[in-house]
Amino acid sequence: MNAPHAPYIGQSIKRKEDQRFLTGGGTYTDDVAVANQTHAYFLRSPHAHAKIRSIDLNKAKAAPGVVAIFTGDDLAAAKVGGLPCGWLITDVNGQPMKEPPHPCLAQDKVRHVGDQVAVVIAETLNLAKDAAELIEVDYEILPAVVSAADARKPGVAVVHDSAPDNTCYVWSIGTQDTVDKAFASAKHVTTLEFANNRLIPNAIEPRAALAQYARGDDSYTLHVTSQNPHVERLLMTAFVLGLPEHKVRVIAPDVGGGFGSKIFLYAEETVIVWASKRVNRPIKWTAERSESFLTDAHGRDHVTKAELALDKNGKFLAMRVHTTANMGAYLSTFASCVPTILYATLLAGQYTTPAIYCEVTAVFTNTAPVDAYRGAGRPEATYVVERLVETAAREMGISPADLRRRNFITQFPYQTPVALCYDTGNYDATLTEAMKLADVAGFEARRKQAADRGKLRGLGYSTYIEACGLAPSNIAGALGARAGLFEAGEIRFHPTGSVTVFTGSHSHGQGHETTFAQVVADKLGIPVENVDVVHGDTGRIPFGMGTYGSRSIAVGGSAIMKAIDKIIDKGKKIAAHLLEASDDNIEFRDGVFTVAGTDRKKTIAEVAFAAYVPHNYPLDKLEPGLNETAFYDPANFTYPAGSHICEVEIDPQTGSTKVVNFTAVDDFGNVINPMIVEGQVHGGLAQGIGQALLEGCIYDAASGQLLTGSYMDYAMPRADDFPSFKVDTKVTACTHNPLGVKGCGEAGAIGAPAAVINAVTDALNIKDIAMPATSEKVWRALNSKGKKTK
Amino acid sequence: MTLSVSLTVNGKAVTANVDPRTLLAQLLREQLHLTGTHIGCDTGQCGACTVHLNGRAVKACNILAAQAQGMHVTTIEGIGGVNGELHPMQAAFREHHGLQCGFCTPGMVMNAIELVQKHPNPNEDTVRAELDGNLCRCTGYHNIVKAIVAGAAGMKG
Amino acid sequence: MHAFDYQRPATLKDAAAFLKKNENARVLSGGQSLIPTLKMRLAQTPALVDINAIEELRVVKLEAAMLTLGAGLRHSEVATSKEVLIGIPALARVAAGIGDRQVRNMGTLGGALANNDPAADYPAAVLGLGATVHTNRRSIAADKFFTGLYETALKPGEIITSVQFPLPKRAAYIKFKNPASRFALVGVFVSEGAGVVRVAVTGAGNAGVFRVKDMEKKLGEKFAPESIAKSKVAPDKLNADLHASAEYRSHLITVLAQRAVAAALS
Repeated sequence: MNAPHAPYIGQSIKRKEDQRFLTGGGTYTDDVAVANQTHAYFLRSPHAHAKIRSIDLNKAKAAPGVVAIFTGDDLAAAKVGGLPCGWLITDVNGQPMKEPPHPCLAQDKVRHVGDQVAVVIAETLNLAKDAAELIEVDYEILPAVVSAADARKPGVAVVHDSAPDNTCYVWSIGTQDTVDKAFASAKHVTTLEFANNRLIPNAIEPRAALAQYARGDDSYTLHVTSQNPHVERLLMTAFVLGLPEHKVRVIAPDVGGGFGSKIFLYAEETVIVWASKRVNRPIKWTAERSESFLTDAHGRDHVTKAELALDKNGKFLAMRVHTTANMGAYLSTFASCVPTILYATLLAGQYTTPAIYCEVTAVFTNTAPVDAYRGAGRPEATYVVERLVETAAREMGISPADLRRRNFITQFPYQTPVALCYDTGNYDATLTEAMKLADVAGFEARRKQAADRGKLRGLGYSTYIEACGLAPSNIAGALGARAGLFEAGEIRFHPTGSVTVFTGSHSHGQGHETTFAQVVADKLGIPVENVDVVHGDTGRIPFGMGTYGSRSIAVGGSAIMKAIDKIIDKGKKIAAHLLEASDDNIEFRDGVFTVAGTDRKKTIAEVAFAAYVPHNYPLDKLEPGLNETAFYDPANFTYPAGSHICEVEIDPQTGSTKVVNFTAVDDFGNVINPMIVEGQVHGGLAQGIGQALLEGCIYDAASGQLLTGSYMDYAMPRADDFPSFKVDTKVTACTHNPLGVKGCGEAGAIGAPAAVINAVTDALNIKDIAMPATSEKVWRALNSKGKKTK
Repeated sequence: MTLSVSLTVNGKAVTANVDPRTLLAQLLREQLHLTGTHIGCDTGQCGACTVHLNGRAVKACNILAAQAQGMHVTTIEGIGGVNGELHPMQAAFREHHGLQCGFCTPGMVMNAIELVQKHPNPNEDTVRAELDGNLCRCTGYHNIVKAIVAGAAGMKG
Repeated sequence: MHAFDYQRPATLKDAAAFLKKNENARVLSGGQSLIPTLKMRLAQTPALVDINAIEELRVVKLEAAMLTLGAGLRHSEVATSKEVLIGIPALARVAAGIGDRQVRNMGTLGGALANNDPAADYPAAVLGLGATVHTNRRSIAADKFFTGLYETALKPGEIITSVQFPLPKRAAYIKFKNPASRFALVGVFVSEGAGVVRVAVTGAGNAGVFRVKDMEKKLGEKFAPESIAKSKVAPDKLNADLHASAEYRSHLITVLAQRAVAAALS
């Protein structure tokens, strides 16, 4: 018999993966070393935009230790394709977006600082670098354009000849006429124009890859820092290298953080996989941090004009948003869907705004590609909505919480005017709880105490919604996705009753090895110690789509639940045979199959044993073994939502801003492991607060050089930039997946920026301040004339 | 030029032949296969490579292997018990969920241990201030701070 | 890194001899700025002379009117040294705030001074205390030592051996950190000694660390924050970069200088 245990779901079980991570026993890609391996170094463009007149490799090829050097010409000659974009956006005129080629090594032209020009493969990394210094590239430097706001101005540099106005697409959602009419009749209109600052993801593990080719069976093994090894393999083999999928095994071992930046197929791993056959030796590549800054896909980078129309009671009538989104120099894997499908569809927020129109112009610039970064479109949308709402409240003299409550959606399901249908939620519950936790009632007293000390305090709200659990494949497909967005799970019982779970989700910090084991152990009624979770290896797991968009528990967990159902169904049949009862009479509970109404029973371990040692087994009706795989495609997105409240204190003499309190009350549906969920929230908040106060990627407008290319210049948040966070959850269970879960990975990064800026503008009594609100910007705001009153 | 460097790593005497430009982190990772010491940046800020050099927390990617000549180096692999028992600081990180992806973790733990040796009763503010040499992108530092405060208590017992 | 030779002499004499023979060799002390620079191939050297094994560089001596610190002392050692905490507590606090704790465990006083990063902390303390830099060849007054961005009066082959600080009556250092690098966006060191007030500013000058004579004069008349409330350093002498404008740095100098005076008095 199994030892009785409390349900695992809902418990803060300590993580299974921690033992190896805490003892130096993790295996990250760069930790993998194989015999005879060579080292790759990528020579990168020092210019933002230049024609390549010629590349002279003669001296470099003769340098000590060089195994091979390849350029774009070699890839072109070998018919290696460009990197694909996985989402087709159709523009306002029904035309497909512009998709200029994205060569793995530059051909004729470089388009951003860091663009790959050549790869040097040598016996050691130092020798590869030494040789790379001997490559002579003759560049004809061209003018560069770096900002979204400048990209469509007449006379600026043209990044791709196929997009002479630097425009990838102009796309819209909603009915413009209806929205314009609502604005015309509005009592009050709030308008804001701002940028959503460009961010650099900065997973602490830099990207890395190790490619091995086996001549014996003409196969490849790639270890790579990826959030989705099957997607990586599919894109690389089918779209770029023309290899059969079954000849390529992609292993994403322990991965040191992703935040979106490791979703995408990058040039480096693609090139070394191809080159590993050419040189017939393993090739290792690991990014240095400066390369990460230059070439990891960046995030955000919008310029937006947003307007909210309200009636005299503060009811929202309509919203109108125009956004220009920077795609960078090339379309990264999911770049095109981030400022459209993952952005504009979220503009209803938690509110009943009946009419919304959003137009998005995506532009090319001479900067690194921009793609999904924690939240991906949804932080940008939340920033638009929540800055508008808070500003409208101040302009109309209504308390920000009250204005929100007047407009909250309270009836579910709710169809928004921007395509999404929210299944469930309780926005007042999270707001009420957050206000209590944040002690909003005591804020004015704290503000006065701060003023007595010469400090300015401010309070800001953000009540966000996100669409997670990506995604119903049919809907995604209709919207342009070139892939399915299901997930796969497999439950493999072993003869002696323990279980290995194989999941297409990928854990790079999220703790799936623990959370998924809790689910499986609970549902199968076995000790959690008897369940291990395997992920990240196309050679072991079923075809899965990986981890991004807070989808793992909602989609990956649901696939596992479906596999569990199959196991239990089969187990009932086996038990019925063993217990000489009919299938219909078998009940399963807490790991035990029982003949209904009797005490005759078999444990699931006994059933598993019978399945693998089928001496007494219905072989005429049933296959031996207890091993089930399931694929799950969600019926809808999930809609996590919550309320964030930020309190800041500003030193008016220096402009220094400190977050003194931050409260987040979120509704993620049912929670499997509260400890892990809270950890996810903390991390997201840090990234969101970081965006609001510290982080900003800056390219020099004239030269296109990345000015924030190291930790000396890019302000990564440190421990003393934050207070302890106050976090809690409220639950409305998701209605359309078996666990009732919604996902929690991005919430902090989505909700926090608006809460922080709402607090800063409150403290300063100003309408707006640009992110990141650095001490100098705050100081200037305080000293500028013509302050607007609340 | 090749140098012979002799040092003690996790209590064991080690002699290695290195190119002078070999970093201590590279010696540990590539020659001694102690891959728990991670490399996360090139400007000496992230702290993922933190080890103890004669008891002081230092960044192994910012020190030449040759500089460790004759010294005692302790890495994340060298702080637990022989049978895999966790050091009280490691245990506190596990108990308080002070790690997610695990990449910054060895450096965090190594810095935390020396931090507590210098500040035996640190409060949260002290811990936050003294973590200025370690970056984490996953945890928002919240649980790392809690773990170190608890780890300090654990190190007494 | 580019390839280089490596030497680890045990005495100052051997180090000097090697440097004499190898003019382009560089001295490796804590290496917390030098190693990253070499790693990123922003600098190249034929040889490194590692002076970390030289015991002569580790002196700590507190006398009636003078504190002498060896160039090889690490920031964490200075921060916690009993002699420093008694003699010039403000100097201990400067050391305690340099870089981060791992950097403080490795970086040295001499290395920081020789590097003379325009945003480093020690140059402000050395200039603000009117210290004297001793090398293996001579003694250099702080006012003559710092000559520009990353530039000092050191000649090729010259090694800093120690720094002598006259004990002030009171002193303090206030630093406003660059949120990215944690170097000083602006740092102000203020000291009042035997009838002499010094105010040194780091992080802000377009030629590195500098003194603010106007503030020194006003504080000499009355050592109080309000004495310098209206004293400004003109932005045209100050550094402007992506982290701060010259105008903002000018403003911060006045704010921080007053805070430093207040801290020195408290």
